[in-house]
Amino acid sequence: MPFKYFGKINYTPYTKVSKFADELQKGKLVGSKCKNCGEKNFPPRADCLKCLSGDFEFIKAKSTGTLVTFTVIHSAPTGFEDMTPYTLGLVDLDGGGRLLSWFENTKDKDIKIGMKVKVVPKIFEEIEEIKLYYALEKK
Amino acid sequence: MKVGVVGVGHGKFGRRSDATVQELAFEAFRAAMEDVKNLERKDIDSVIIGSSPEYHKQRSLPGVITEYIGMNDKPTWLTEAACASSSAALRSGYMAVKSGLHDVVLVLGVQKMTELNTAEIQSLMGRVGDVQWESIYGTTFPGYYALYANKHMDTYGTTGEQLARVAVKSHHYGAQNPYALFQKEITLERAMKSPMVADPLRVFDCCANADGAVALIITNDKLAKKYHDTPVWIDGLGSASAPISVLRRPDMTSIPSAVAAGKEAYKMAKVKPKDIQVADVHDCFTIAEILAYEDLGFAKKGQGGKFIDDKECYIGGKTPVNVDGGLKSKGHPVGATGASQTTEIVKQLRGDCGKRQVKGAEIGLTHNVGGIGQYCFVHVYKR
Repeated sequence: MPFKYFGKINYTPYTKVSKFADELQKGKLVGSKCKNCGEKNFPPRADCLKCLSGDFEFIKAKSTGTLVTFTVIHSAPTGFEDMTPYTLGLVDLDGGGRLLSWFENTKDKDIKIGMKVKVVPKIFEEIEEIKLYYALEKK
Repeated sequence: MKVGVVGVGHGKFGRRSDATVQELAFEAFRAAMEDVKNLERKDIDSVIIGSSPEYHKQRSLPGVITEYIGMNDKPTWLTEAACASSSAALRSGYMAVKSGLHDVVLVLGVQKMTELNTAEIQSLMGRVGDVQWESIYGTTFPGYYALYANKHMDTYGTTGEQLARVAVKSHHYGAQNPYALFQKEITLERAMKSPMVADPLRVFDCCANADGAVALIITNDKLAKKYHDTPVWIDGLGSASAPISVLRRPDMTSIPSAVAAGKEAYKMAKVKPKDIQVADVHDCFTIAEILAYEDLGFAKKGQGGKFIDDKECYIGGKTPVNVDGGLKSKGHPVGATGASQTTEIVKQLRGDCGKRQVKGAEIGLTHNVGGIGQYCFVHVYKR
């Protein structure tokens, strides 16, 4: 599964961590672990910030976390106009690492900084071409 | 050796459908040449352009501008640091003069944003964040600052009303600045009822995209008095970077590069935050100005909202901030903004600001943030 299928609009079709998309399609959220020093990262990265090694493996990431902050986008960029308003959340994952995504199946009044959230792998079903992403939901 | 600004030239900011990018640059260049004495083009050793190239149809701006202003065959190059591009250019110019490589440098910030439409600009600016993991969710530039705003509100009790008060102040001073795009006062009520862009940021919390150019002429202390009676010295420079990605920002209530750049600039200039008599800070959004009060040490951490409530950032307060109207009223032609801030501080320290003059100001500061804080440049100036 090429990485170009990750995201509603993908800007980076080629990456050393493209296997992330395969795992997401299988419903799994993965980060990376440096094979040399053991440093873990989410999102995954090919190159270790700590020891500079380029040798890494994918490891399962926790799909629950805490909402750090959020915003509701009313004025959208090209390609997202059909979705407004949408709520973006910044989430610290329980096992370390951080991600940004939008909320689905969650009432606006329930979205509060500090709330527990789950990260749910998704596929755009209404579009012919496959698009993979993960969404946030209230835990 | 000291390095000082001897000439400033501010072009007209706004939707400039009447001019090409090099024509905008010429306006600023002409004004700077009129601001200096005894200086001819042949005396300028290099032309450093500050701009964010993605907005322009014309590629490689330094070439086309240097040709159009008649400065061939002088060396020219571009510095890019998103919204802080011309403060980066000024830093490069400082290095060139300080090293003795060049005696006189033209620093020219220029941008023509409106070659793109608003949605394209939203998309382009949103991509100043990480495109691999963030832009795929439709992030926008106001959206990123809104993440900061909500976190600051939740942590310190900052309110939407306090954000709006920053906009009211900007428009108050913008109304007195002939170079401002919006020269009109606004009411608190109007600001707070304006449409939402990225919750909690409303239209009046956001600066406007614009076109425009600003030119600065800098030189060493041996030559400065020959070109201007009141050179304004660049006494402190600070610059730092921070992760482009909000996924790697530990604290969402502060811009770490601004804190580091501020400390470095204060140390080099041997001043403290309380010594700054007038400041121009990067208020691309109202929350950005509140963060700047705290990051630069004008207000204690978490007290930025109170700082605007108490009008400490007005003329007569502890530290007058953006008494030119800021990006909010002037408009924000990305690459020209840093040089515009420098122009205001130079004029303040010369005593040339008329109604909005901070009386007797001798020490000033500019704070120019690139992107969502991946770059920050702070300069301290003395008369």
